[in-house]
Amino acid sequence: MADFVLTIRGVSKDFSGSPVLRDFDLEVAHGEFITLLGPSGCGKTTLLRLVAGFEQPDTGEILLGDVNLLDQPPEHRKINTIFQSYALFPHMNVFENVAFGLKLQGVKKKELNARVEQALADVKMNGLARRYPRQLSGGQQQRVAVARAVVNQPSVLLLDEPLSALDARLRRDLQLELKRIQRELGIAFILVTHDQEEALSMSDRVVVIEDGTIAQVGTPRQVYETPKSLYVAKFVGDINLFPGLISEQREDNVFLVSVQGQSLEVKAKRQLRAGQAVQLVLRPEDLRLGDAIEEGMPVFKGAVVERSYRGATLDTIIRLENGQTVQACEFFDEDDPDFDYNVGEKVEVSWVKGWEVMLPDEELV
Amino acid sequence: MKNWSKSQTAIVALVGSWLIIFGIIPIVLLVITSFLGQHPIDFFTPTFSFESYRELFNRAYVDVLLRSMKFAAVTTLLCLLLGYPFAWLTGRLPGKYRNLVLILLMVPFWTNSLIRTYAIRMVLGKKGFINLFLLHTGIIDAPIRLLYTDWAVVVGLFYLMLPFMILPLYANIEKLDYRLVEAARDLGANFFYCFKRVVLPLTLPGIYAGCIMVFVPTMGLFYVADLLGGARQLLIGNLIKQHFLNAHNWPLGSAESVVLILIMAVMLAFYGFIVQRLSGKGGGV
Repeated sequence: MADFVLTIRGVSKDFSGSPVLRDFDLEVAHGEFITLLGPSGCGKTTLLRLVAGFEQPDTGEILLGDVNLLDQPPEHRKINTIFQSYALFPHMNVFENVAFGLKLQGVKKKELNARVEQALADVKMNGLARRYPRQLSGGQQQRVAVARAVVNQPSVLLLDEPLSALDARLRRDLQLELKRIQRELGIAFILVTHDQEEALSMSDRVVVIEDGTIAQVGTPRQVYETPKSLYVAKFVGDINLFPGLISEQREDNVFLVSVQGQSLEVKAKRQLRAGQAVQLVLRPEDLRLGDAIEEGMPVFKGAVVERSYRGATLDTIIRLENGQTVQACEFFDEDDPDFDYNVGEKVEVSWVKGWEVMLPDEELV
Repeated sequence: MKNWSKSQTAIVALVGSWLIIFGIIPIVLLVITSFLGQHPIDFFTPTFSFESYRELFNRAYVDVLLRSMKFAAVTTLLCLLLGYPFAWLTGRLPGKYRNLVLILLMVPFWTNSLIRTYAIRMVLGKKGFINLFLLHTGIIDAPIRLLYTDWAVVVGLFYLMLPFMILPLYANIEKLDYRLVEAARDLGANFFYCFKRVVLPLTLPGIYAGCIMVFVPTMGLFYVADLLGGARQLLIGNLIKQHFLNAHNWPLGSAESVVLILIMAVMLAFYGFIVQRLSGKGGGV
């Protein structure tokens, strides 16, 4: 058996002259939940359609296990898709929709009934088998779409922004359920989304796509905590940027950086040199205010312009003396439940030592 | 009626009176006339009578009706077989080409259909284009008889009615969500299965609308039968024309027209049933 269930190698695709995917490589492991994350038009949906077989790549190859997929039309690929609009057959009831693929495989009636029942039970839709799609809510239609796909036991399931039409609460519920189904069935899921929270919470690995190429592949934590570029940092979560200048190289990957007239030592993960303009990337939860600031860290003065209570956290927006605004997110401390800020209050801002990510500035987007 | 603005009321009044003057009143007059007594000089007598309907059951009339239906059925089938792929391909074209095709489809309407029927005579006649071509290339030695045959009539009917099949089909196919086709293929359906189980059921209203638009009017196209089929009573339209204009028998002509209207009404009722079933007022619980 091949190591990977799906291998995408050197795939490029143009639409009327403009490149949508460029030399794209990706390997998906058995039972992996992988998310393609990017803004609309970055090529993520095209990649899904190439894998499903609705489009042909200009160059490159796509393998399912060891088998070249490009010779096969969509109906021969052991891959199923959950479409953004669900694409349920309106003239068939729930049972007939789910049974569609099995009938084509020539599954015998008794087994077919059992498998459809099981698939509907998996998505908690048993009991609604005789309903027509128009008689179902959006969330229910989504469940039927999932059942219709997984009942065929595909090697790979493709999900094209399946939750984008649902409201936030329902989306959260279905995210958990999709995750559960994926775990139980052990099918590799490839999810396309532009919702970074969805990507982080559901995936084993996140593929951040920028203009048809991979900006970064990694676990949600890698992508969030050590973004490779400002594009990734900005797309995945909220960030604060502190522009700086490398004044000297201390060791191989340790640099002295000056930020707004204050110096600090920063470790970098990539090749940088003295004199280079950089950005220090800090998440809102990396920032520290007032008393929480550690000794020896640079301190930036500012004033609170907005505070919002979020239950578990207190979010503040602070305007620094140089005019820049930063966003901080602090957890409530059990010892000090009344901790709060007044708008206009003067505060000092810094961050936890070593939590900054230093990236070269020319990538500024 | 409440909450209607003045302009809405005006539009409804306009459409309503149009329907009454040009739709309902003529039909009512037709139905009334069909129940009047026959009179060879005064067109009818103002007496109540079932005479005309009784005449409808005579053998000759039933023959014409059945023959008309046969012509209409063949024409409808040809229009459907050619019109469906045409409408499908048009619906899949990019927007600008799609409009061009639709305009080209309408262009023949700029010429009167009677003139276009005469044009077909020029193509099919003894010295028509087809015979000239076949003679010239040596495929035949003497002109073959194309005009004044049943097939000439079918060609004429088909040519005139094709757009009436394509337009309702196109309207339906254009609305079809193509992702349903992709979903079917994704689940393992090849082209034919996908067509049979997904495309065909969902475009059934368009197919049916097109068939109604072609089938019923075809039975009334008397001049096509006159010009291309020779002087025979091929279609019920020929019979109606003859009874109104030549035989001065308005009640009988009216009764024949009422039969056509009834056929249309039954087909429309069936169409409504299909659309309702698909768009979903019915269905399981």
